[in-house]
Amino acid sequence: MSFDLLPLLLRGARITLLLTLAGATLALLMSLVAGLARMSTNRVVRSIAATYVEVFRGTSVLVQMFWFYFALPLFGISLSAFTAGTLALGLNVGAYGAEVVRGAIQAVPKGQTEAAIALNMSPRLRMRRVVLPQAFAMMLPPFGNLLIELLKATALVSLITLPDLTFQAMSLRMTTGRTTEIFVWLLVLYFVIAYPLTLLVRWLEHRVTAYTKA
Amino acid sequence: MSSNALKPPGERPADASQPDFSRPKDGAIVEFRKVRKAFGDLVVLDDLDFTVAPGEKVAIIGPSGSGKTTILRVLMTLVEPDGGEVYVDGQPLWHMVVSGQKKPASEAHLRKVRQSIGMVFQHFNLFPHMSVLRNITEAPIHVLGKPRKEAEARAKELLGMVGLGDKLSAYPSQLSGGQKQRVAIARALAMQPKVMLFDEVTSALDPELVGEVLGILRQLARETDMAMLIVTHEMGFARDVADRVVFFNAGQVAEEAPPEELFTNPQNPRTQTFLKAVLEH
Amino acid sequence: MFDRITFDWDWEYAFQILPQLLEATIVTVQATFVGFALSLVIGLLFALGRRAPLKLISWPVTAVIEFIRSTPLLVQLYFLFFILPRWGLSLSPFLAGVIGLGLHYGTYLSEVYRAGIDSVPKGQWEAARALNFSTIKTWRNIVLPQAIPPMIPAFGNYFIVMFKETPLLSAITVVELLQTAKIIGARSFRYVEPVTLVGLIFLLLSYPAAIAVRRLENRFVKQRA
Repeated sequence: MSFDLLPLLLRGARITLLLTLAGATLALLMSLVAGLARMSTNRVVRSIAATYVEVFRGTSVLVQMFWFYFALPLFGISLSAFTAGTLALGLNVGAYGAEVVRGAIQAVPKGQTEAAIALNMSPRLRMRRVVLPQAFAMMLPPFGNLLIELLKATALVSLITLPDLTFQAMSLRMTTGRTTEIFVWLLVLYFVIAYPLTLLVRWLEHRVTAYTKA
Repeated sequence: MSSNALKPPGERPADASQPDFSRPKDGAIVEFRKVRKAFGDLVVLDDLDFTVAPGEKVAIIGPSGSGKTTILRVLMTLVEPDGGEVYVDGQPLWHMVVSGQKKPASEAHLRKVRQSIGMVFQHFNLFPHMSVLRNITEAPIHVLGKPRKEAEARAKELLGMVGLGDKLSAYPSQLSGGQKQRVAIARALAMQPKVMLFDEVTSALDPELVGEVLGILRQLARETDMAMLIVTHEMGFARDVADRVVFFNAGQVAEEAPPEELFTNPQNPRTQTFLKAVLEH
Repeated sequence: MFDRITFDWDWEYAFQILPQLLEATIVTVQATFVGFALSLVIGLLFALGRRAPLKLISWPVTAVIEFIRSTPLLVQLYFLFFILPRWGLSLSPFLAGVIGLGLHYGTYLSEVYRAGIDSVPKGQWEAARALNFSTIKTWRNIVLPQAIPPMIPAFGNYFIVMFKETPLLSAITVVELLQTAKIIGARSFRYVEPVTLVGLIFLLLSYPAAIAVRRLENRFVKQRA
């Protein structure tokens, strides 16, 4: 096992990390927006959100990536591979995240909303200061899982020519033929990126639920 | 205490021609007029007429499922009535009168009228992610717009009054049931309501903790001038504290009278059977 | 980026390529069924291995599960298709694909098995012991019949997820839907219609399936209550 393969692989790992960050940010945003919209009293808003969730959950993320990268140009919109990848990942994981948000909000005990109404809080105040903070704690474990899924899905951008970790590994394999070594490094590097993320989510979860363990 | 509140419906000043949706009964702080509510086939409020005078302490007793809690929940805007009108402090609650027409109340209108009402729940419903202090100051700061210093001073005062002055920075999960309920009472009082609703506030407590909460309620009945609507199973307590006891059954006020009268000499046979069953365990 | 948004869809072309795509759908569906069947078996083996009282078995199994679960399916497919041949085991693209799916989703399904088995109250095991049931009979007659119903909706969900993952097999040259779309697109330089149609086919198949699974959920949750 030598370290001369590392520089090129690390360059790919950097892209993988950036993609994970960008995708996760978009996914978080979409989860909150779509999750809240799913519960709106406005029927139009609700159905737009529902359509978004069903479409992006009902199709494969790889197909979505292909569509953003290869199909959109013919509509006149040309996206870079990084943008196409981020969009597909963010919108896809965001759709799953929206359901997590919705489930968590519905799981907050009804008595909390009633107490907030009794204190004459407006609907927005209730959501912002009573319901969402409590729902947030319940969202974290599933969000943690989704984050790892997103990280794994970034490998797919290698198929739309973005030089992420998997892409670099595959091209190194072709140029150097040191297949086994490369694969070991590949798996190690994914592990090294995934594990701290898992720990981060677990730590956040611990912080947010501290008040229940008095 | 206004005498109009206790006059039977037929003897009140009548408006013969058209129902006037903007005029509540004079003097009453709460008025239910022909309020109806059904959950599926179950009729819970059956054309209910009910009034409360300002400062009056009313105990509501009755069998489960009779609708007593629903009265409170309709008043607290947690449940929308199917028909009839509700007035609070001279204002229509669930409806608005727009150029002589009755229309469902907007969210803004509901919030305006709801300001005079507060409620304490059977299961406390404290906000678990906030400290005791924040539980009490949250609404005064963000709903009433009070400055933080003022809200916190008032909160400390109220906590002292309910005997929990040292629990400012504790979290609900660290408190006993009785303590939680006392915080809930302080939280509701911080909004300075004109009508306070108590929904079986001791039913979820261990027996030895019931006394401390009832003690606070007795104190409130003695020392404050807010109207109190207390749904309870604690007959002894009702007898001590109430100006009027209402026996509620099958969606209707079956009988109402001052406590000594109702408990010693109930007129309605249904009241008699209920009291017999409850007082003789 | 937004030079000129034109709606440049060619209906004739779309209808022309549809038959080829529908044929490829069959491959996609086949891969899903075979992959899922494999994952059901592998998942059960993983679950049993993880519960094994012998540390010599449970530790390696747990390590393998964690490892497969934390790394991308794509990388595992490459491993099966490109690396195994160097060690003498040459698999066809389809076979490598379904084995990859089976292993990867086997790890997820092992969790479902575990949750289902754990949800059977301890008292059931004790009653079986008291009635002198053998281990096999305990599993077959008492535990599994109670453990399996709540697992079914979860299995249904993973079936749909696997269906949507089959496009990954295009990376190891399995001629399923996405690969076919790429072939068509490369031939005519028009990707819009093939890729969009592929997306629609997935949606049209997975959406009713998702509704069916939701109904399964209702049925099996009621049964337990």
